[in-house]
Amino acid sequence: MTTVAEVPAGFADKVLSAQSTFRSVMDAMARPGSVQRITVPVGTPDEMMSGTAAIALTLFDHDTPIWLDAAMSAAPVIAKWLKFHTSAPVVADSSIASFALAGDPRNLPPLDRFAFGSNEYPDRSATLILQAESLTQGPAFEMKGPGVDGTAVLQAMLQPRDLFLRLTINEALFPRGIDVVLVHDNSIVAIPRTTRLVASGA
Amino acid sequence: MNAPAYNFAYLDEQTKRMIRRAILKAIAIPGYQVPFASREMPMPYGWGTGGVQVTAAILGPQDVLKVIDQGSDDTTNAISIRKFFGKTAGVATTTSTADATVIQTRHRIPEAPLHAGQVLVYQVPIPEPLRFLEPRETETRRMHALGEYGLMHVKLYEDIARFGHIATSYAYPVKVNARYVMDPSPTPKFDNPKMDKCPALQLFGAGREKRIYAIPPHTHVVSLDFEDHPFTRYRFDAPCALCGAGNSYLDEIVTDDKGGRMFVCSDTDYCEARQMAGHRGSESAAPHEESAHG
Ligand SMILES: [Zn+2]
Repeated sequence: MTTVAEVPAGFADKVLSAQSTFRSVMDAMARPGSVQRITVPVGTPDEMMSGTAAIALTLFDHDTPIWLDAAMSAAPVIAKWLKFHTSAPVVADSSIASFALAGDPRNLPPLDRFAFGSNEYPDRSATLILQAESLTQGPAFEMKGPGVDGTAVLQAMLQPRDLFLRLTINEALFPRGIDVVLVHDNSIVAIPRTTRLVASGA
Repeated sequence: MNAPAYNFAYLDEQTKRMIRRAILKAIAIPGYQVPFASREMPMPYGWGTGGVQVTAAILGPQDVLKVIDQGSDDTTNAISIRKFFGKTAGVATTTSTADATVIQTRHRIPEAPLHAGQVLVYQVPIPEPLRFLEPRETETRRMHALGEYGLMHVKLYEDIARFGHIATSYAYPVKVNARYVMDPSPTPKFDNPKMDKCPALQLFGAGREKRIYAIPPHTHVVSLDFEDHPFTRYRFDAPCALCGAGNSYLDEIVTDDKGGRMFVCSDTDYCEARQMAGHRGSESAAPHEESAHG
């Protein structure tokens, strides 16, 4: 049995920390490829990056079913922590999840296992939160789309390695689609469904 | 008894989360109207409760808020919204477009160019650009889903046939990122080109109709038009009587009961800044004129 004392703390100031985190996520979504920082302290299970935890505390609640990948599920403290702080239901069926958390996205299921929304309600689609090895070093990904002035270049170590190739389904699906937030520690990068890869290299 | 009487920025945290999720999807799907569970606000609907809820969901203590109504910072509506957030969120407020981080607006986009650190929040009364063609929500939703905008074009073309030009001078429809037709709220079409590739994030909130939509920065926004009748901006053909500006959107002001009138910038902050910088119009009380007559 887990007592309250065993669950890591979450936000010290719920209201202002959620506001600050939201602005980082909003800026990230509005400026795809840009690295935004989450600057508020957050108590998190060791198995979860602080950026992932802050996003969860900011956006999750009983209206948002959450899907956890095997890496996140392997640490029961994560589900407990989510339930305690957000009341969000953790679901096994990825297709009904509002948010999917992947601690080890190498094993990410095919994207069509997640909700794309409908053409009438494309907002009823999943947001994937993928933890990354690095958002400052690694291969360069050059991208364009709404929110980007010309092109944006992201250097990152991403999993799955073919993430951008998989995300090309967004082009045909639009307005349906999958939105992605990449997390490394307290840094985040968003790849909304409108973002297109222009080039990638070393 | 010292506990604050309000939640920070008035809304409870659950409502903010719901609105914040809607804003993120709105940004991810530019021009698409995301439904949200609009809340009652302590002001009437006509006062821009949709915009107020969006502002309340994004605002933080570091922000500097500007509120404009028809271009003016000083109408009752603008002043009360500014006071509301000063009181409930303790944010700094300003009338300067350049200094603001969040600008809530009704009817105008500021004349001064917006920059990347800013968010422009529009108060929207009727978010659905197809509503006047089709009253049924299921039908307009289907038209958006399929990108089926032929009727909209027919209506605009009928305007040209009847009036020789497109009669819609406010809420002139735009296409966002070559996909969704969107209502830019009742801004004059003069302002439409400012939406295109704007460096600031633009968010739209409709309280009564329960919709949030967005234009990300640097996004293509095109006013609907026709090859033989291209979109044109409209303004009164006069310089501002107070600051002499020849490229700003003007309001017509009646000056006496004998039909006297003058044209002045609708954007009061822009006009005042120009006057401070020494620009003069025909009606300005320029010092040398006063001495000449005195
Ligand atoms: Zn003027």
